[in-house]
Parts: sequence; C-alpha cells; structure tokens
Amino acid sequence: MDKVIIDGAIADNLWQRLEADALESGVPAQGKIIVPLAYWQENRDALIDRGDVAVWLAPGEEPKDLEDDLASLPLVAIHFPAFKDGRGYSYARELRTRYGFKGEVRATGDVLRDQLFYMTRCGFNAFEVREDRSIEDALQGLKDFSITYQGDVNEPKPIYRRA
Amino acid sequence: MYVYQEHDQRLLEERVAQYRDQTRRYLAGELSEDEFLVLRLQNGLYIQRYAPMLRISVPYGLLASRQLRRLAHIVRTYDKGFCHVSTRQNIQLNWPSVEEVPDILAELADVQMHAIQTSGNCIRNITTDEFAGVNPDEIEDPRPWCEIIRQWSTFNPEFAYLPRKFKIAVNAVPDADPALIGVHDIGVQLVHDANGETGFQVWAGGGLGRTPMTGSVIGEFVPWQDLLPYLESILRVYNKYGNRDNKYKARIKILVKALGADKYRELVEQEFAELKDGPMTLTREEVERIQSCFSAPDYQTVDSAALNAKLAEDKAFSRWYHTNTRAHKQAGYRAVTLTLKKTGRVPGDISDEQLEAVADLADQYSFGVLRNSHQQNMVLADVAASDLYDLWKALDALGFATPNLGLITDIVACPGGDLCALANAKSIPVAESIQRRFDNMDYVHDLGLIDLNISGCMNACGHHHIGHIGILGVDKKGKEFYQVTLGGRGDRESRVGEKLGPSFESDQITDVVENIIKLYVEKRLENEPFIDTYERIGMDPFKERIYG
Repeated sequence: MDKVIIDGAIADNLWQRLEADALESGVPAQGKIIVPLAYWQENRDALIDRGDVAVWLAPGEEPKDLEDDLASLPLVAIHFPAFKDGRGYSYARELRTRYGFKGEVRATGDVLRDQLFYMTRCGFNAFEVREDRSIEDALQGLKDFSITYQGDVNEPKPIYRRA
Repeated sequence: MYVYQEHDQRLLEERVAQYRDQTRRYLAGELSEDEFLVLRLQNGLYIQRYAPMLRISVPYGLLASRQLRRLAHIVRTYDKGFCHVSTRQNIQLNWPSVEEVPDILAELADVQMHAIQTSGNCIRNITTDEFAGVNPDEIEDPRPWCEIIRQWSTFNPEFAYLPRKFKIAVNAVPDADPALIGVHDIGVQLVHDANGETGFQVWAGGGLGRTPMTGSVIGEFVPWQDLLPYLESILRVYNKYGNRDNKYKARIKILVKALGADKYRELVEQEFAELKDGPMTLTREEVERIQSCFSAPDYQTVDSAALNAKLAEDKAFSRWYHTNTRAHKQAGYRAVTLTLKKTGRVPGDISDEQLEAVADLADQYSFGVLRNSHQQNMVLADVAASDLYDLWKALDALGFATPNLGLITDIVACPGGDLCALANAKSIPVAESIQRRFDNMDYVHDLGLIDLNISGCMNACGHHHIGHIGILGVDKKGKEFYQVTLGGRGDRESRVGEKLGPSFESDQITDVVENIIKLYVEKRLENEPFIDTYERIGMDPFKERIYG
C-alpha cells in the first residue's frame, strides 16, 4: 500500500485522489476518495453524507469555495502541480485559521522534502510525497528548524510573545 | 545594530546545516537541477556566465567592522580577492564554487551574517536610507522597523513561493525618497499622527524591471501596532492572485494595476480585518527592545576649529568635504560617503585589503559600523568633525575619496555582460568610458548633481529607470545596443524616466551622454541642476540635439 506522512509519522495511505477523468463513469461506491472541487460541487448532495469522500483544491480554487461544506469533510487536499506554485500555502492557512477546519489537510502532487517544514507551519498535517522520492528521507524535512520568528498555524504567537 | 540573541544565532546555524545538506543531495544527484535552483536562489546563489554568484545579505546596508573583516577573509579564501556592493545594499561574490558555499555560509554565520532570501521569489533584503539614524531630515530612525520587518519576512512559511521576487523599502524622510519606496513592491513611509504616534503610509505596486512604475498608496495610515498584519495582508492577496503563468507579468505592480488600487485595498482590508488585534500585533515592549539596539552611539563634544582651518587652507580637502560628507543629527558630526567610483575600477567593487582597511577606519572613526548605499558606495555615518581631515587622508590613500558623490562620474552600474548571465550588454566598460570622458573634476563639479545609472538588461539592477540619465543595454541580433532614458528620479521623489529614442551602438553611447550634457550646459539657468533643466525644457530639445 502507498504510504503517506500524517502528523509526523509514516502511515498507510487510505485515501485515493482521483482526477476528473477517472470519475467520468461515476464515483466508486465505497472506499475513501478525494474528488476535484468541480465534481464535488456538482454531486455534493449525493456525496456529503458518505463520510468517505473528500475534496482536493487545485491552484486557483480557494477554501472559500468549500466554506459551507467544511464541517462535513474529513479531509481537504491541496494539490501542487509544481512545488514552486505557492498558492496552496495560503489556502492551507485559510482552512485552519479562517475556517477553523480541524480535519486532515493533505498536500498532494509535487510534494518534496524541502518544502515540508513551511507546509506544516501553514497548516498541512499530511503529505503524499512525490512517488519517485523516499518518504523516509522526506520525513527529515519536518525538522529543518527549531526556531521560528513568526507565529504560524500551530503556534500563533511570534517568538517574542511565547512563554 | 541589531544584537543577535541566542535564538537568532541558532536559526542561522540551522540554516547552514539545512543548506549544506541540500547542496550534498544536489551533488549526489538526489535533487534535480530544477529543484535545487529554487533552493539555491533562496540562498542567493546564481549560476552565472563564468561562475556562480553568491549574494550575501546586508540587512538595510549595515555592516560591523568584524563583519567586514570576515568578508575580507571570505573573498580572499573563496573568491578572487574582491566583492561587489549591490543596489540592494548587499554584497556579491562573483567567483565562489557551489561546493564551498556551505562553508562560506558557516563563516558568515559566525559573524551573524547569511544569504537568506537574497534571491528567489520571496521577500528580499529590506532596504532604507543609508543615512538612517543620522539624517537630520528623518522623523525617526527607520532601522528598528526594518529589523522588525526583516524578522517577520525571514523564513516566513507562507511567502517563500510567491509569483515573483518581492522587495520592501522603508523611508522616514518626509519630503524625499532616499530609500526609493516609490519603486518598490511595498514602500513603507514613516509618518506621525496628530498625537505624535508612529504609523505608516504603505505603498504597493511600484517597481523597476520590465514594466517600471511607481506604486499606489494602499494604506493611508497604518498604526505601528498593525504594521506586520497589514504587510501580511498585502502579501497574502499577492500570493493568491499574482500572475503565475508569465514571469514578466508576475510582479505585484501588474496585479495592483490590473485590479486598480481601490480594489487591491479592498482585498487587503478583508484580510486585515481578520488579522487585526491578533497575535501578530506588535507590542511596545518588542518595539522598544529592537529600538534599543539602534540607540545613538557615545557622541562626544567636538571642537570644530581645526576643521575650519583645514577647510580654509586645503582646497582638495574642502572639495571632498562639501561633496562627500553631509550634515548630521548630532552637532559636531558628519556622515562621510566613501565613493567606490574611481575611474578605472568597477563601480561598487572593493578588495579584501580595502575591506580590512575600511573596517579599521570604521573602528577608529565611526563606532565600528559602516553602511552600504544603494548607489554602490559605503558610508561612515558618525564621524567627528575633528577627525575628518585624517579620515580624508586615509580614504584618499585607499582611492575612496574621489570627490564625486552624486556627480556624473558617481555612476551606478550592474555587473552587466562581463559577469552576469542575464545581461544583454556590458555595463562596466560603458561606465568607464563615460568616467574617462568626464575626466576634469572642475567641469564635473560645475555640472552639479547628475544621477547616471546603467543596467545591462531589463531586470534593471543598475536602476537605470530612476537615473536622471539612464542607460539600458539591449540585444539586437546578437549585438550590444544601448537605450537612453532621461528624467528619471530617485531623489526628492521616485519617478521613471522617458525614452530618448532609438538605441545606440556601444561606440556612440559616450558621445550621446556628452551631447546631452552639452545641451544642458547651454540651456541651464544659474545654479539649475540637470534634472530641473530637463523638467523645465522637456524631452524635445534633447531629441533634436541627438537625432536631429
């Protein structure tokens, strides 16, 4: 089974992220799946009570598009087609601090060791590391720094306000 | 200067370890070129035409003498014995090796220096007036605010992968723009309200580069407590909505222009409403802690009698004094600019031995601190009037007392095609040719204040748009050409110059500059500086003279 980093440890990946074309013949009847925002919006009523359907956001799709559904969603994934596109960092932060989302926030796509520390600080707690890279190695990226100047999602206070 | 605490130091050491491991993984083939590119740029490392270039951060231009000595050691050990002062008040090494950069960073970290965010699509070095803290015209010292912004921007997790680079400058002078805030992604202008409380007028959307423009006021008065939440709001809007498809349309200025300042402000206000009064709000205690690092040095009562005698008897000294030193907040003190613009040397270059000599002079005459200016000069900001004559002698021996500050031969120039991989054309030989043409110092003084800036390409590292005379290198079918702009300003205000007309070949450009100057001399009124004459008579007479 695929592996994923969740809350700082390597775990089995129980969720499958599906692109729009994989859903053309309909959604699988069971199994944990992550569907595109557009698909979710079209099929919301049929999916929202299942509990094993989550949504992924592409760059340009903001958390506010899911505002009314967040309470029912177990997981929101933010997809990075390229790691250089940093919009997802703001989306993750908004999910946590603006909308108070308590479920899993997962980074998918071009997810690499050297971005994980910042991603964690912005509110991601799960990472599907790119397939061709070692997930054990990526785990090291969570520990790059012990010092942070600014507040973040996990520690809202800047350094000078911390006890 | 900001005094590092234990945590500041540990952060730098962790950064060195992180970058060392990134370099190791790159050299071992575990990181692709493309992946390492982004990581090394966030650390100021470019791969250039002949060798890598490492840009070392000098926060708002301040350097302590021990840091200068360490830089001297580094350029001697890891480079070819010289470095370059950039227009962002930073220091650039032109010949380090990729493999040795982690060692260079470790050497820098020992003296509280680094290369964090000196390149890449992140928040770059915060800049300000090189006379900050001693400028009699400023309403308060902007450096503590620069440091507060520096700490907020350092490894800010949300803003490391912005659409494009992001530059912030801070100005505390009311009627001038020595920090060029008008042409920054964000410009922060210190203001005082009716009760004397500090606040900020916040500009956004200025910039040079391919589409130069001045910014718009986004925040009319942001109370000091709200500075960071307000900046964060501007950045968040940009991070979400800035163009990521075309790097030439990715700067915040394009977004502000496309949305309009009113719409941009509305989006910022929405973000700000959420952050205001939250944990990012600055505390008086923290501001005072930072401010205490920038308190005035131990000034003495100075007897100026000997200075006045020297000024009367030594004409060369007097000329230098009136050109390269300026008024100071503190009675009896002057701020001295070391001009790194002697004809025949690359503008802004300084050698290892000169760095050490300058460190000694800083210790002897200016409380151990030196500043880099965005005009690629250096400043000893706190010199007692009674020391000026001895300092002048010492600087003259080093070649840093050329009395041309602000004059036509005080040319700002990027490294250009001699070193930079981005350049379309060379800058350094053009600068030298112009300096040689204007080799009569009396004539140069008679011409008065003229900012002449040269960039080797559109990226505008030589700030050509804001030169009274700007020269831009362009490539036409593999040949170097130069385009001239007139009327740019980076003094009383920041303004982008206008194109004179079709570009020139490299062997014409010095004649063109000379002819522009000749026309100015013919047309000027008594004591009228070049830029005022230009604004009075306009572009047409210059066009006629050059192309007619």
